[in-house]
Amino acid sequence: MPGTKEIRAKIGSVKSTQKITKAMEMVAASKMRRAQDRMRLARPYADKIRTVIGHLNAANPDYRHPFLVERADVKNVGIIVVSSDRGLCGALNINVFKSSLLAMRDWQGKGAAVQLCLIGSKATAFFRRLKTPIAASVQGLGDKPHVKDLIGTVKVMLDAYREGKIDRLLLIHSSFINTMSQRPEVVQLLPVETLDASDLQQHWDYIYEPDSAAILDGVLMRYIESQVYRGAVENVACEMAARMVAMKSASDNAGSLIDELQLVYNKARQAAITKELAEIVGGAAAV
Amino acid sequence: MATDSIHVDIVSAEGEIFSGAAKMVFVPATEGELGITPRHAPLLSLIKAGEVRVQTPDGQEQFFFVGGGALEIQPRKVTVLADTALRAKDVDEAAALAAKQRAEEMLAGKVDRIEQAEALAELARAAAQLKFIQKLRKIKG
Repeated sequence: MPGTKEIRAKIGSVKSTQKITKAMEMVAASKMRRAQDRMRLARPYADKIRTVIGHLNAANPDYRHPFLVERADVKNVGIIVVSSDRGLCGALNINVFKSSLLAMRDWQGKGAAVQLCLIGSKATAFFRRLKTPIAASVQGLGDKPHVKDLIGTVKVMLDAYREGKIDRLLLIHSSFINTMSQRPEVVQLLPVETLDASDLQQHWDYIYEPDSAAILDGVLMRYIESQVYRGAVENVACEMAARMVAMKSASDNAGSLIDELQLVYNKARQAAITKELAEIVGGAAAV
Repeated sequence: MATDSIHVDIVSAEGEIFSGAAKMVFVPATEGELGITPRHAPLLSLIKAGEVRVQTPDGQEQFFFVGGGALEIQPRKVTVLADTALRAKDVDEAAALAAKQRAEEMLAGKVDRIEQAEALAELARAAAQLKFIQKLRKIKG
């Protein structure tokens, strides 16, 4: 039976670990709420830009922007993988990587080459071991990603698409279902999936300044950037939620560990007392 | 007159900047500044960096800086899709280059300490597994 002193020290160390995990849980909870707010704030922009694209599309059906044309032969696929920068958030990143690997294998099975674009240091740490070419990467977005930090990364992929180096662009990120569950989601960014004409308001023709092609180009680029931004923000919300849950279970486990250790400690203490008593009684009997 | 106002939404990817009624809105479009009054013809345009001025019905003026973006006008509604970042072709180009460079640097090496620790842990695990397998073999054979 281990000594009481060692057990006490062990209890102390588990208690301080529990303090840390509890603090992390609470921090993650408040950050999650803010990340969710940011997620909501990004929605009106994306909705608005979608309707504008819809209008533009309906207004001049003869002009087909390269971003809207489905390419018959997909030889190269670009995949943007969004992950978190830090760990201690359960299986969140691993789930995203798993579905990325599945998507990669799927396209490679169809004879297409895959190029990656990685957001977040966990993704870079994971995918650098594979032999897949990595076109661009960005790390350290922090808890408040900004569109500005994503423009370069997205542009690399858009340029590759324009030049025909990739024929399809996918975005894989965690999607926030609720605090308890996050699921990896695969979104097709390019070609832009044709928008439903039914959710447009009554149709009229616009005056275009300078011309519709230039506007469509600018608007489509922003649309894709906003989708990647949304993915990044949603990923932060997921990260925080996952961390909150992971830290909560860590705190709970620490609690039950402490209870167990306490029991062992009490037993050891009692055994020591009993032994001492027995010695005294034994000694008295000898006299 | 109540009918003589136009609804203005200024939104960016990172949030809503302004939403409300206005008598008149001035927007720096790429082809020159546009002054928009209620019942303006439908128009779509790109905008450049500059300030958007909104004259509210009570006669006050509000200013918003936008880094560029797009503008949609409907007779009763103006939507400014503002960029949060200042962008120009060469700035975007530089950002893209930086993103590529980061990827190359990452592939070239520069292993940080955490990664090193992770790799070592993995190595230890693999070594332990190997030992275990060898033991099993010995018992069997």
